[in-house]
Amino acid sequence: MFARKTALAVALLAATAFAGTASAKTFVHCSEGSPEGFDPALYTAGTTFDASSNSVYNRLVEFEVGTTNIDPGLAESWEVSDDGLEYTFKLRQGVKFHSTDYFTPTRDFNADDVVFSFMRQLKKDHAWHQYTAGTAWEYFNGMSMPDLLKSVEKVDDYTVKFVLNRPEAPMIANLGMDFASIVSKEYADKLAADGKMEDLNQKPIGTGAFKFVAYQKDAVIRYKAHDDYWEGRPKIDDLVFAITTDPSVRHQRLKAGECHFNPYPNPADLDAIRNDPDLQLPEQEGLNVGYLAYNTKVAPFDNAKVRKALNMAVNKQAILDAVFQGAGKAAKNPIPPTIWSYNDAIEDDPYDPDAAKKMLEEAGVTDLKMKIWAMPVQRPYNPNARRMAEVIQSDFAKIGVEVEIVSYEWGEYLKRSKDVDRDGAVLLGWTGDNGDPDNFLAVLLGCDGVGGSNRAQWCNKEFEDLIQKAKVTSDVAERTRLYEEAQVVFKREAPWATIAHSVVFKAMRKEVEGFKIHPFGSHIFKYVDLK
Amino acid sequence: MLAFLLRRIGLLIPTFIGVTIAAFGFIRLLPGDPVLLMAGERGLTPERHAELLKQFGFDRPIYEQYFDYLVGVLQGDLGNSLVTKKPVFEEFFTLFPATLELSICAIIFAIALGLPAGIIAAVKRGSVFDHSVMSTALVGYSMPIFWLGLLFIMLFSGLLGWTPVSGRISLLYFFEPVTGLMTVDAFLSGQPGAVRSALSHLILPTIVLGTIPMAVIARQTRSAMLEVLGEDYVRTAKAKGLPPVRVIGLHALRNALIPVITTIGLQVGVLLAGAILTETIFSWPGIGKWIVDSISRRDYPSVQGGLLMIAVIVMLVNLTVDVLYGLVNPRIRHQR
Repeated sequence: MFARKTALAVALLAATAFAGTASAKTFVHCSEGSPEGFDPALYTAGTTFDASSNSVYNRLVEFEVGTTNIDPGLAESWEVSDDGLEYTFKLRQGVKFHSTDYFTPTRDFNADDVVFSFMRQLKKDHAWHQYTAGTAWEYFNGMSMPDLLKSVEKVDDYTVKFVLNRPEAPMIANLGMDFASIVSKEYADKLAADGKMEDLNQKPIGTGAFKFVAYQKDAVIRYKAHDDYWEGRPKIDDLVFAITTDPSVRHQRLKAGECHFNPYPNPADLDAIRNDPDLQLPEQEGLNVGYLAYNTKVAPFDNAKVRKALNMAVNKQAILDAVFQGAGKAAKNPIPPTIWSYNDAIEDDPYDPDAAKKMLEEAGVTDLKMKIWAMPVQRPYNPNARRMAEVIQSDFAKIGVEVEIVSYEWGEYLKRSKDVDRDGAVLLGWTGDNGDPDNFLAVLLGCDGVGGSNRAQWCNKEFEDLIQKAKVTSDVAERTRLYEEAQVVFKREAPWATIAHSVVFKAMRKEVEGFKIHPFGSHIFKYVDLK
Repeated sequence: MLAFLLRRIGLLIPTFIGVTIAAFGFIRLLPGDPVLLMAGERGLTPERHAELLKQFGFDRPIYEQYFDYLVGVLQGDLGNSLVTKKPVFEEFFTLFPATLELSICAIIFAIALGLPAGIIAAVKRGSVFDHSVMSTALVGYSMPIFWLGLLFIMLFSGLLGWTPVSGRISLLYFFEPVTGLMTVDAFLSGQPGAVRSALSHLILPTIVLGTIPMAVIARQTRSAMLEVLGEDYVRTAKAKGLPPVRVIGLHALRNALIPVITTIGLQVGVLLAGAILTETIFSWPGIGKWIVDSISRRDYPSVQGGLLMIAVIVMLVNLTVDVLYGLVNPRIRHQR
């Protein structure tokens, strides 16, 4: 009885409070962590991007929400020169920057903002290159932009030209990434004049659907709808990030109606969410792949037949059950199915320990002992590497291969696994940056990556020729064909055992409408409504 | 008294130096390179790696780094966070009020319940009350905080709907922090219902964080009281016909309080350790959660700054406890 009375009182209290704010629509996102800052170009974490690039900023091109397709953003259109070295963008006119209590813009978005946003990252002598302690422009560097980009030039107020050092088809996709968010040069100038440059990372001004109001560290971030947003004003009035790191607590808050959205529900809670009439649980395959990379430079793993035999001994279904608990899908290709050019015609290696054992004997390999490296951290593409390694250990034991499982601290693991003469096969994975197949195939399997991100240390001429050709071709149909062929070569040569792609679940209240799961893992609320 | 105080403060200086070394060394003893962790799976070239190490000053000899750090500390500069790029000092004081508010509530809760329970259990030794208090205290002491917190949330917030799940105040209320203590700020804001909301958010975390100290205080009070109650002067006091309240409250309790105050002082460290878990469960934006996050990111300046600040606070609390001893018990103050 007391419970019911209290609940009623709370409901009434909430109702009056809501009434007090003139029926403003407030959407509460129970975010999984605190943003590191609000200048997305300084960081690489999705949590930070949700709070900055996905809500406050726009880019020249935008990924269509829910896909890896590229749409016009702050640029209305673009042209690529015949040699593939010059990209000319026509900018959208009449785009307004946010007007807040800490900044009022006097002009619309124009070419100066674009040039400023990139040159601050590119030019080491730029006044903003080191604007706050330890500025590293990590993603800009990680995508090799300093090597790729020669200059960014203003042609007129609404035309900008990007000049490259070499043709690179994935360039357009790079410009849709978080680091390529367009910041206001006028705001930056004001901050510089006031001697408060580091505020660019604390109090953002962008052109995005939401304007920043306040951040209470580790607790709450508040945004308001940007009334003059160029795509049209968002349907919700206030966007609130309630930072809630523990997944069980997020679930409770969602159930209690304290928030509308839980970005990362616990696998254990999925059934309860499905059965709750107040909640919904959309799902999508993640833009990632988890793999076991052999060291193809070390015998007997330099023999494709040995690798193929081991692949046939991996029971992927057992891994999906034991490690992913239903939140994964077996991987047959090195790129996830949400990426264009995914070759669905390829058949996966069958799980067949007997055939695998025979193949090993044919290759002249007996009494094989090997190491498998298990990552010390949880990742979407591998929620429990230790467990995964154990499953593979028992699978390999069935074909007479003895496995020793090793692990290191994460930074050390990443470093040591790069060694060309590394002993053992490495469990690792990758989450896509820009939705371009090149971002998987060239980064993870290209010859340039040997001794680096190519953990299989695999350099195959046939494969390399295909991906290099695709890199400099701007025709998407032709690129698709080349990548499909590259996947055939990959499957035949088997530098990895492709294990799984994660399946992403988002838990939300029934009244949430218009949310689409974005393959990049971002949470984008500009089209969201509450009914 | 002054000499006593000065002696105590003098002892703090070597402790402080030791703490700076420990805080500085501890995080560096952990394997892991902050630059590599920042880059993640994407990795970075050796040149870029060296460039970033240089930028952060991590390429210099360790003693030089320590010396710079010490000079900074003495000038009140704890450096900037590698992650947020903001001064560590500022970060600490943004978050500390949240931990302070929760810890004060928890220690009040622990003393308010633990002290009387311990006294009564001692006076009624062997009674049903004694047994039930002591077994409850044992359960409370062995309770894993994380589990207790989730259990409370599921029961009181989920099932019964009596308390909010987590956070410091309902999201409907929004005002600029003045003191950082949410209850005080809510009062200052003048928004109707804000104080009530802040208080209701404090209930569960207070109980969860206060449970272990409460159990410890109850047990300590009981055993200290039992010892004192057997003393001759208590028998004398009883024999000369003083009312039991006076015997227990004045003669026994005052003498039993020394070990209890020591225990309460030591609980400050326990509270800060417990705060790490409690803050995580209740999405409480305090320093415990911040330090854990900083450790996993190898954010050296934040970790060493945060640990140092906590150590200083514990040292100051213990100093206060020492002074309190003197007030409670003149024998200590006059010791050589």
